[in-house]
Amino acid sequence: MAKLKYRPINLGRWLVWGGTALLMIVLPLILTAGFTLTLLSQIGVGIIFALSYNMLLGQGGMLSFGHAVYSGLGAYFTVHALNLISKGSFYFPVTLVPLIGGVAGIVFGVIFGYVTTKKSGTTFAMISLGIGEMVAACSLMFPGFFGGEGGITANRVIGQPFLGITYGPSIQVYYLIVAWALICMAAMFAWTQTPLGRMANAVRDNPERAEFVGYDTHMVRFLTLVISGFFAGIAGGLNCINYEIVTADNVGALRSAGVLMATFIGGAGFFFGPVIGSIVFFTMVTAVGAVTKAWAFYLGLMFLLIVLYAPGGFASLIVMHIPVIKARLMRRLWLPYAATVVTGLVLLIGLMSLVEITYHYSLEASTAPEMTLFGFTFSVTNGTPWAVATGLLVGGFVISRFAWNAVGRAWGDIVHVMQGKSA
Amino acid sequence: MSTAIELKAVTKSFGNTEIIRGVDLAIPQGERHAIIGPNGAGKSTLFNLISGRYPVSGGKILLNGESIIGLKPFEINRKGLSRSFQVTNIFQRMSVFENIRCAVLWSLGYRYSFWHRLGALKDANLRAEQVMDSIGLKARRDTPAGVLSYAEQRALEIGVTIAGGAEVILLDEPTAGMSRTETADAVELIRKVSQGKTLIMVEHDMGVVFDLADRISVLVYGEVIASDVPEKIRGNKAVQEAYLGTEAH
Repeated sequence: MAKLKYRPINLGRWLVWGGTALLMIVLPLILTAGFTLTLLSQIGVGIIFALSYNMLLGQGGMLSFGHAVYSGLGAYFTVHALNLISKGSFYFPVTLVPLIGGVAGIVFGVIFGYVTTKKSGTTFAMISLGIGEMVAACSLMFPGFFGGEGGITANRVIGQPFLGITYGPSIQVYYLIVAWALICMAAMFAWTQTPLGRMANAVRDNPERAEFVGYDTHMVRFLTLVISGFFAGIAGGLNCINYEIVTADNVGALRSAGVLMATFIGGAGFFFGPVIGSIVFFTMVTAVGAVTKAWAFYLGLMFLLIVLYAPGGFASLIVMHIPVIKARLMRRLWLPYAATVVTGLVLLIGLMSLVEITYHYSLEASTAPEMTLFGFTFSVTNGTPWAVATGLLVGGFVISRFAWNAVGRAWGDIVHVMQGKSA
Repeated sequence: MSTAIELKAVTKSFGNTEIIRGVDLAIPQGERHAIIGPNGAGKSTLFNLISGRYPVSGGKILLNGESIIGLKPFEINRKGLSRSFQVTNIFQRMSVFENIRCAVLWSLGYRYSFWHRLGALKDANLRAEQVMDSIGLKARRDTPAGVLSYAEQRALEIGVTIAGGAEVILLDEPTAGMSRTETADAVELIRKVSQGKTLIMVEHDMGVVFDLADRISVLVYGEVIASDVPEKIRGNKAVQEAYLGTEAH
């Protein structure tokens, strides 16, 4: 008789979850810069959206180019619901209004998903792109529902305040987002531990075998997409409450591409990957975007580097160090890593200087040739800044190569030592 | 005893080439049946037709007296027929345990559930542990299937096939590429897991065939030229000429 093994309570998992929750709660109290709350709210909603996207990409192996359809339509239904509630047509607490977005996500998941999930791979990607374009086109064809170019606005401060919560101040909206984000994260993690969640992995890895153990791969993909649409719709509903306006951008291809990038940057192969991805992505968009016009260039470059050199995303870079830490070999990496950071900084400053000077030169040189960068003020019509930036870039690249090689050697040694131990 | 699988005038063509040319075959419940024949005779194609991987071009296939023509692989599987593959076809990135658990979920009625927690499914976990035990991979429980040795992967292939408790089991060359001792182990494993079930297998190793099979069918160029008990097959002139040739003198 086989004995069952039960895993002990996973302390690490509790620490990660508890730490995440605590961080989300206290961060706005610590960071008080102007855009912090905006950024944190974006990240919170982004986490739900990216995790819902990863149910498709990471868990189910479906590369979607049209996921904004579900969040965007969820947002539109939420904005109309808010307006009806404020008119007194029906009563619904604002706290639960994101659920309306979620239900819309389910409904459109059922409608579009049945077609898209018939096939996986390239066919799925193409159909998702087509549906995304169709919905985006509809947003201009039906201005009554979509609000045309201007979108639809709403007021979130409606109904009687509950325990003093009016959702007027953005901090209250932020904590609403945090509450929903934590619930959705837990629910989506739980989903990965269910029969359907596991069979989604099975269908991703080997659809043929899945059929021969009794599973209809179309149905597994379809149900996965519908559930993913539910969470995407909740994210859309929260966005609507946060901004009090929904425009055609919410269903657009740019939004769909953004969630793909965020998920991939974080790491589609790990449950927490999209969480990290959302943090990185929205920091790039909002925080870096506040400082430089070139933010999209840096985001694109980072995406490119991740795809080329760390296709498992930031999460894989973190996870690959766990066995090294357990084997107490991290000390071999500190020095090469420190060298990489220092030399990389030179390279990065060189690159950023060149990019920023170029942007300034092509956009504003005729009116204001003077610019300030890293504390230096200079004229972009002068040759010296160009030469210095190029020098830093080239020099940084040359010395970085030494550091990269050192990292490579250190990892080679570590792998060697660890294999020796296990053999 | 009633018939588990019955093929009536089954044909299959790919373009203008007829691979299966009118096969009639009846396999009673509880029988261990081997299908042998030279390369290219259509053995694997026949399996693909029975398991629903390819549609038939003509004829009938009955599973427990019920037609399964036009059914999809998962529908046939749910009716109690399970198959293995000639080229190992498992969930490479999942552990041994997860592979087998995936194969038991449907038969235990968990279907597309997203309201059960896998860790709490006592029956599924117990069944997976039992299957893992019976195929001798208990020590490899948490190893990803992709890094198992070849013989272990073949054992897991059989484990995934039988885990759902199907009454009719199709094994496609279960011992291909194995060493002598690995083959002997595999024969014992197959004997054990097919106890009381209907087994149909394609096999090249004559030792395995004559050891395991109650009856043997010989397939040559898409036609069954003989179907009988091993002793009769051994003595059959037509079989010797067409397939066993000089090797069987």
